[in-house]
Parts: sequence; C-alpha cells; structure tokens
Amino acid sequence: MKQIGPMKVYPLLPKTNCGICGPRTCMGFAVQLCERSASLGECTPLLEGKYRENLVRLREIFAPPVREVVIGTGDHKVTVGGALVLMRHELRYTNPPAIAVVVDDSMPAETVMKRVQETNYFHYKYIGKILTLDAIAIRSADDTPEKFTKLVDMVARSTQLPLVLWAHNPAVIEEGVKLVQARRPLLYPATRENWRQMGELALRYRCPLGVYDHEIRMLRSIVKTLRVMGVDDLVLDPGCGFRGDLQETVSALTQIRIAAIREEDELLGYPLAGAPATLWEKLYDEGKDVVRWKEACLAAMMVVRYVDLLMVSSASKWSTLPLVVLRNNIYNDPRRPVSVDPGLRTFGEPDPKEAPVFLTSNFALTYYTVLSDIEKLDCHLLVVDTEGMSVDSAVAGRKFTAAKVAEVIASSGIADKVAHRTLIIPGLAARLKGDIEDATGWDVVVGPRDSSAIPGYVKAKWYGQDHTPGWTSR
Amino acid sequence: MGDGDGELVRVLLELLSASGEVELQDIAIAAEELTLSFEGKAALSRLLAEELAFAPPEALLEAEYHAPTRTYPGSIVEVTLGAGRADGGTRARPVTIGGERAPAFHTFQEIPLHPPIIAGSIFDTAPPLPLPVRAFFGDALNDPCEWARLWVKKYGADLVDLDLTSTDPYIKDTPVADAARLVEDLLQAVDVPIIIGGSGNPQKDARLLPKVAEVCEGERVLLSSANLDMWRPVAEAAKRHGHLVLAWSPIDINQAKELNRNLSEFIPASQIIMDPTSAALGYGLEYAYSVIERIRLAALMGDRELQSPQAAGTANSWGAREAWKTDPTLGPRELRGPMWELTGSLAYLLAGVDLFIMLHPGASSTVKDIVGWLSGGSAPPTFRELIGVGK
Repeated sequence: MKQIGPMKVYPLLPKTNCGICGPRTCMGFAVQLCERSASLGECTPLLEGKYRENLVRLREIFAPPVREVVIGTGDHKVTVGGALVLMRHELRYTNPPAIAVVVDDSMPAETVMKRVQETNYFHYKYIGKILTLDAIAIRSADDTPEKFTKLVDMVARSTQLPLVLWAHNPAVIEEGVKLVQARRPLLYPATRENWRQMGELALRYRCPLGVYDHEIRMLRSIVKTLRVMGVDDLVLDPGCGFRGDLQETVSALTQIRIAAIREEDELLGYPLAGAPATLWEKLYDEGKDVVRWKEACLAAMMVVRYVDLLMVSSASKWSTLPLVVLRNNIYNDPRRPVSVDPGLRTFGEPDPKEAPVFLTSNFALTYYTVLSDIEKLDCHLLVVDTEGMSVDSAVAGRKFTAAKVAEVIASSGIADKVAHRTLIIPGLAARLKGDIEDATGWDVVVGPRDSSAIPGYVKAKWYGQDHTPGWTSR
Repeated sequence: MGDGDGELVRVLLELLSASGEVELQDIAIAAEELTLSFEGKAALSRLLAEELAFAPPEALLEAEYHAPTRTYPGSIVEVTLGAGRADGGTRARPVTIGGERAPAFHTFQEIPLHPPIIAGSIFDTAPPLPLPVRAFFGDALNDPCEWARLWVKKYGADLVDLDLTSTDPYIKDTPVADAARLVEDLLQAVDVPIIIGGSGNPQKDARLLPKVAEVCEGERVLLSSANLDMWRPVAEAAKRHGHLVLAWSPIDINQAKELNRNLSEFIPASQIIMDPTSAALGYGLEYAYSVIERIRLAALMGDRELQSPQAAGTANSWGAREAWKTDPTLGPRELRGPMWELTGSLAYLLAGVDLFIMLHPGASSTVKDIVGWLSGGSAPPTFRELIGVGK
C-alpha cells in the first residue's frame, strides 16, 4: 500500500484544531487519515471556499489506486472498488463486492419475477448482521430493443435495487437506459467492437460503464481510449471460464489488481467485474444443479481474487449463502478483535434454583453465535478465556481447560447466583467432563455439539422429567 | 425559490458548461416543493453536444501490457508423503507437495510444480456425521479400511487421513496396541500415503503416535499432530522412523514459527507440514485465511522457519450449522453442505494450502478438478456424478 506521511497532509488541513472531526488537533486527524481510519469528509471546514485547492490536493493524495464507482443513486446505490491493498491483512479490503442476479429477456415473465423477488428479499442473519444481495443485471438475450425494454420496464417496477443493463448491441442498451437513466445503471459491456457507441451512451446518459475484453492489453487500450473521450466511471471484466479457462480467469483478475495497486497502473485502476452467469451459455446441457455448482465455485474464487461486481444467475440459497458468508468473512476488517471479555453473562430472569448455566469460549464468533441461540432463555453463560479460540480448536490446543473453567467460576461469583452446582458444557468439549468435575467440584452435563440445539435441549432434558440434574449437589 | 431563480439557473449552466459538473455547498433551500427545471433542456443538450463534439478517437488507442511478475527470494520446501519400495516403503503412489516460488496460483509467474493434494478423512470410530456425507459411504463408515478403499478407488483421494479418535480416554480409551493394529491393516488396505491422527489427548497421543511411527517404519507417514504443548515425542518418533510431522498451531503465526523451530532440532523442513488451523466458513475463516496467506508470503520472502507446505482440515466445515442443518429455506443440504466445505477449501487453496483433509467426496473431487485446471492440466470433470444431485 502507498504510504502517506502525516507531515505531507497536515499543512493542507485548516490547522485550527477545531475538533469537529473527532481528534482534538489537526495533526491527530492527519495521522488518522494516513492510517485510513478517518476520511476527508469528516473535516467539514475543508468544504469552505478558501480551502478549495487544499481539498483538491488532499483528494488526489488519498485517491485509492482502484477507483470507486457508484452504481445507482440516492438510497438505492452500491459502491464498488476503492481497494487500497492486495492482501487484507495489510489494512482491510474496501467495499465488499456487489452481487447482482441476472435476468434475461428469453425467460418467462414469472421466472423473471421470481428471481427479482428472491433477490429483493434475500437475507440471512449472521452474527448480528443481515446479509443481502445488491443488484439486478438485466440482459438482452434476444438482441432486440422491444424485448429488452419490456424486461427493463418490468424489472424497474419490481425492484429498487441498482441495475446493470447488459447487451452487446448499443442500440438495445440505449432504448433500455432511456427508461431508467435516473437510476444510474451500469451499462455493460463496452468491447473492442462497440467501444465508441457505448462510450457515447455513458456520456450522454451519465452512467458508469463496464468494459469487457479477454486480453488485458486490449482492456488497457479500450480504457485509454474511453478516458480520452471523458468516460472515467469504469468497471473492468477480463472474462471468465471454467475448465481449461479457469487458470486464465484467476490469473487475469490477479494480474490486473496487482498492476493497479503495486505498479500503480492507472489504466487498470478500476473495479473488476466477473460474470459466472455466463457459464450457462456453455454448460447448460450438464443440468441445472451442476452448472449452478460450478458457477458457485467460480464466484467464490472471484470473491477471493479481487472481483468487485459479481453477476450470478440465481439467488438460490444453497449456492448463494456460502458466497455471501465468504464475502462477509474476507471483507471483514482484520483489526476487529477476535475475542470478547471472559466472565459471566446473564439472560432473562434466571431462577436461582434451577436456571441452567452454560459454558462457551471467548472467540467472538462463537460467543455471538451462542448468544443469538440462548438470549431468549432465562439462563447464565460463563465465557471462558480461550484466548480467542473456538471451542473445538481451544480444546485441541489446550486453551479450553478445566483450570480455565475453575478460574471463571471463581471470578464470576456464579456460585452465589444459583443454588445448584451443575454446569452444561459444549458437546465439543465433552472430553473435559471429568477434568472439570475434578477441578471445580461441580457436576458436568455435556450439552449439544451445536448451540442451535440448546433451546430444545433445555426443554427436553434440563427441565424434562427424565433429567433433573444438580439440585442435591454439595 | 424566489425571484432570483432565473439568475441561479444561469449561473448553474455557466458552471456546468465550464466544468461539466456542479457541486452545491453550504446551500439552504427552504421550499414546500422544489422543482429544479432547466429551461433549458435545449441548453443542456447543447452542452452535451459540445461535449460530444469533442470528437472521440477514430480508432482504439494502442496500449502496452506486461504481466506484473516479481522475484521472491524464498520458496516452499518440497515434502514427499509416502515411500515406495525403492525407498523402503510399500506405497504405490508417493506424492510430493511444495516447491512453489510465487504466491498461490500466480500462474502468470509460474505454474505450480506440484499441485495441491487431497486426503480423504476417515475415523477409527465414526463421529456423528451428517447424512449427505454418510450417503457416500454407507456401511463402510463402520469399517475404516473399507472407508479408506472407497476414498481411494471410487472418489480419487490422493491419500487417506485416519484419525484414531477412539483412543481418547474420555471416548473409548482404545489401547495403543489395538490402534496400531488398525494402522497396519490400513497400510494393507490402501497403497496411497497415509496420515495418522491421534485423539488430541496429549498424554495418550504422546504414547500413541510413537507406536504408530514404529509400526509404519519406512512408510513416510504424516504423524498428526505435534503442537507447542506436545511435540517432542512426535518429533523424536518421526526422526527415528523416517516420518513426517504435521505441526499444528492455533491461528497464530508466531506459535507456528516457534513450533517449527522446536521440531527442526530433530527433523528438517522437508519432514514438516504446517497446519496453522483452518476455521470453517463463517466461523473464523478470515483469521485462518490471513494467517495462511501471511505464512506463504513470509516463506517466499525468505523466512526459513515458515517454508514448509501448509495443510488445511476443511473437513471441519461440517461443524458449521449452515452445512448440516435441515432447513428447507436454506435449500437442500445435499448441495449446501458440500458447497460449504468446498467454498472454504477454495478460499484456502487461493491463500496457499497444499494439502486438504476433506470429508465429502463431491466437495473433494471438485477441489481436485479445479486444482487440475488451475495448474494447467486437464482434470477429468468427475463431479457431475459426485455432487450428490438426486441423492
């Protein structure tokens, strides 16, 4: 990543130490800017006319090597690109890739509507976040403006998501964009054949433009030409394939991003697009699930290798859920802590006589997963200091031990909050049952291997007739 | 807007014609309803016409391109699993990994010398496994040797990883001698290289793994695993009997280094494979991903303590509830489950893993095919039959 020193930045700031941005001094703000933990917009005085030149200069200094491109407008837009680093541990990845689901004008209207609705309503609750899909790509299969505009009109009425208009024929794109110009769709793709007309459409309708070519040299050539025309909101697609083309696909995406960030190649400093949905043209005869399977593999590799806009054929959960979770994982800020504080958490109004006491690790992901499963119960949860490791890893790595459990029992004062002496330990820590009983004097019951089974377990076992543990204990 | 709106529009258009865009700052607009209409559509289209009159180039402008290669001072050490007759073992297909001199699949720089490989995961006593996995093995789940044969003959595994989980005193406390006998049977049952895992109980593993090393003399098996709390008995056994050690560390690059340093007192890097822990997709994958990527990079930059190849036990993907849960709203788990294992594996493949230990044949055969295509080979498309469609 390009390193910027605060001494280069500070002279361009207002130097009034007004504190509006958060830090007390402009120097403090400069340091945060250089660490990319603050953004220029937080210094509102910079917007005053007298700082205009400074602001322009600062924007140049902090411009990411990969341009940010906005598809859509207002509340219904998605920003792609803006990458600062090649590897996430160097800082963090910026703007998770947008996932667009493709519909085309050869599909029956019901199929189109089903896909659009699936995309609109796709959601999955994952450690306190809702994972969703981002856009609809409308593709001309028929190559006529009539069919395309009909589809664009239908989709535009059914979704507020940002749009991609996808046709190789500029005349077809133009009729479509006339209907949705105000929504600032991405026009896709400009090619070595149609670049002039597509460039003109991008200018006339003020829309971002996707550029496709399978040769990187040719992509640079098209970008260079479009820039001279004044088109600069670009997304680059080096093409994709499976089987023998797979190596080329992964290689091209990797090369382009390295060229942009390490070699500061401006002509390749744009967000990347990948269209696994195109596999359907080549592989349809293999059967629906098989093609979708391959599409999901390709899409996953693209998330890892720098793609900023993914166009996939379906919002089906089995193929899309792994993808959105992978995207979330890879684009997580690596500086986010891995662990939560150990100690006691109490949920609801636990009855001192019989409320269950659970045990888990202090790995943040484990903790939040367990939390979401038990927060509606009346119970206690002891969080063991496993140095931020999950239960199974911590048991294997001797970070989840009987001694650590004894430690949290003592420090939390749980013995004063319940009358019984029975701990429910995770199924994945079953091996520690004997050790914990010896080290703590508490009875140990082995609970489910996955915390999603806890509510059922509590009902059937803990409060069930055949199992009334603990009360008589010491 | 008041009387001055005509004037405002004129100013805006002037600005527009000068710069092509206008940004409004420090403007307070008080109005019930605001219609900003330019009298001008004519004026606007004139501006656009002017912009376009700036004639686009006649033809595409030429541009050069050179692939962004770079030389790395270090490389990954080559490690051979299994030994054939010529080397004192009985394995028909020893297999070598490592040797890379670039980040994973930077094929514009180099085609991997040894493509990553896959071990089929089996257990001496099958743990509770999800239905989509059980469907592939049936009764063989109760017979580790048959389970292994299926992996090799039917599902194309390069090697087999037998975990002796039942030796754990808190599970079945299977005696060391019995476990060793099973390992000998496994060597008879399959002719691929093998990985032998303990139960994770440190006291028991310290007795078990040396015994395994003894009965496998000459076979160059991978002993799984050594960690910072229990490494010496494994390292000694590997040295004495000519085996490899899987060096396990908990998503921590410094512990990985320290462990390798300890092991190197007994065995060279060519007898070590690192397992820096691969978390399941959705359950910490990003931490493991970055550690693996950093280790690969450090090795290439010349850090000799991190130059052994890396392994990932992506079989543990099935711990994620998204993989096994029966929930129609998430789609059929026959597809969702293996896709969960597969997605995580592909992420680790691109981070730099050379050896995968996997549970589902559909997921593993897809990884194998993808590795083949990424490495420039022509892998047979096997997964049409294997992904579990219709199962």
